[in-house]
Amino acid sequence: MSGQVTIVTGKKNRGGGFVLGGLAWIVGILFVLPVLWMLLTSFHSEEDAAKNPPDLGAPLTLAGYKSFFDTGPWPSIANSLTASILSTALVILLAFPAAYALSIRPVKKWTDVLFFFLSTKMLPVVAGLLPIYLFAQSVGFLDNVWLLIILYTSMNLPIAVWMLRSFLSEVPVEILEAASVDGATLSRTLRSVVAPIVTPGIASAALICFIFSWNELLFARVLTGTVAQTAPVFLTGFVTSQGLFLAKVCAASIVVSLPVLIAGFAAQDKLVQGLSLGAVK
Amino acid sequence: MSVEAKPDTKAAGRHATPPPGSEGTLMRRTGDWARRAPLLPALVFMIIVTQLPFVVTIVVSFMDWNAYYPDERGFAGIDNFRRVITDANTRHAIWVTILLTAGVVLISLVLGLLIALLLDRKFRGRGIVRTMMITPFLVVPVAAALLWKHALYNPTYGLFNGVLKWLFGDNAPQPDWISNQPLWSIIFALVWQWTPFMMLILLAGLQSRPLDVIEAAGIDGANQWEIFRYMTLPHLRQYLELSALLGSIYVVQNFDAVFTITSGGLGTANLPYTIYQTFYTAHDYGRASAAGVIVVIGTIAIATFALRSVSTLFREETGR
Repeated sequence: MSGQVTIVTGKKNRGGGFVLGGLAWIVGILFVLPVLWMLLTSFHSEEDAAKNPPDLGAPLTLAGYKSFFDTGPWPSIANSLTASILSTALVILLAFPAAYALSIRPVKKWTDVLFFFLSTKMLPVVAGLLPIYLFAQSVGFLDNVWLLIILYTSMNLPIAVWMLRSFLSEVPVEILEAASVDGATLSRTLRSVVAPIVTPGIASAALICFIFSWNELLFARVLTGTVAQTAPVFLTGFVTSQGLFLAKVCAASIVVSLPVLIAGFAAQDKLVQGLSLGAVK
Repeated sequence: MSVEAKPDTKAAGRHATPPPGSEGTLMRRTGDWARRAPLLPALVFMIIVTQLPFVVTIVVSFMDWNAYYPDERGFAGIDNFRRVITDANTRHAIWVTILLTAGVVLISLVLGLLIALLLDRKFRGRGIVRTMMITPFLVVPVAAALLWKHALYNPTYGLFNGVLKWLFGDNAPQPDWISNQPLWSIIFALVWQWTPFMMLILLAGLQSRPLDVIEAAGIDGANQWEIFRYMTLPHLRQYLELSALLGSIYVVQNFDAVFTITSGGLGTANLPYTIYQTFYTAHDYGRASAAGVIVVIGTIAIATFALRSVSTLFREETGR
């Protein structure tokens, strides 16, 4: 269908199309340029990285990465991985049955429930931060990665519920009826009938929840200390005012962004759906 | 952290069930609970983790509570609110929050629309350009803020001043971008990250246009501008509203960029940063809570208004 339209408009301005295509390329390159610059700088020595005007052809080195890894980032990266992966698993575990109850066999007033989930995303995190801090302090839960896991689960649950619901509503009713005729229990239906059909949807919801958990700074900054600190918190902490550090900062930023870049490119097609909470397909 | 806590489901369930007695109601009630069962864990979890803390925030906002003076804890009435509202810093923070949110959302919305229009056309390497475009959004926000602060804005070795030297030689001006324009520095760093987001939603909107109608209009002699103005733009309206709403929700809460680029200095402290400071550095719990309550009230006001205007898109989605 789109092919036809291209023909209609294309005939009128093929030259214009070439110019606009070129313009799109320029804009794309401008947007990705800071990231490429960060990548290049991360492979320069600190002396070359601090040159002005910059020396593009400076010899490449892994010194920036080495000095970043020398600062001991692994515990914080491990914490980030734990918090992001476990909270994502918990999110899917809670959201999948919930999405079922909001689409395939909907409860009464299911739109209200959906909008309740959505409304929790509208309210600022910072307003609930203090009670959570005080609670965690009183039960000795501060600086514990499980606290982050619970909070990230609540942060991402609405996104996953909305996304999974829109995937589940595409499951053909006949299949479910067949399962219920065969006497399958709910958990069996969910596991063996519904889940395999919507696996791609679950995967992209999981990737997006992973990204948001990995990126989170405010909770992690306030609620963790030396033990449970995450990679973003570690990033904010290791820039010092002394000496040259640009290559190291760039290397660190690349390393910490890598999981998100991978997850994001993998979920590229479903990114819009996740970011718009399922409103846009 | 919603105030729109809706115990509706339970209340509605009770309402809908007729008084007990007959076998039919019993069965229906069991059926109702069987339907609700898969939903309950998620719902209960959300209410406990997001609604309870907010109730506590409201309680603390009426209390005199500073961790540095534990003996003076007590009821404060509306004192905290009065202090928050009359405080010049808070008012400035509110103003910064509005400027920051409006600036980032509007600029990235316009840029996002233009780029979406460019990417809606077929051209060689469209997939690659699309991937390049979304890359900024996939850089961890803290890393992006560090990148802009140190690798781009830095007056001695940042790329911007490096480019100026390339272009104009050794006598080129070498401005200190962040000190000269602290708020704009943050806005531009955020625009870089949020334009891809707006672009993605608007591109999805563009690609859901009824193409046959547009084709017909083209055949009927409508020019490109007329098609854009009278067909594409009205169709995009709800997508524009949706991306503006979602963008606002996220940017209003921005903490990472303000914290990293200026540490709230140079007059760039927005509300989230101010609340963070009141609570984390000053340990004035009562006052931080009052500010939190005010932020929530403001957000609800904006969100109910905005949600109503974009709800058609969500309703369409929910109304399968």
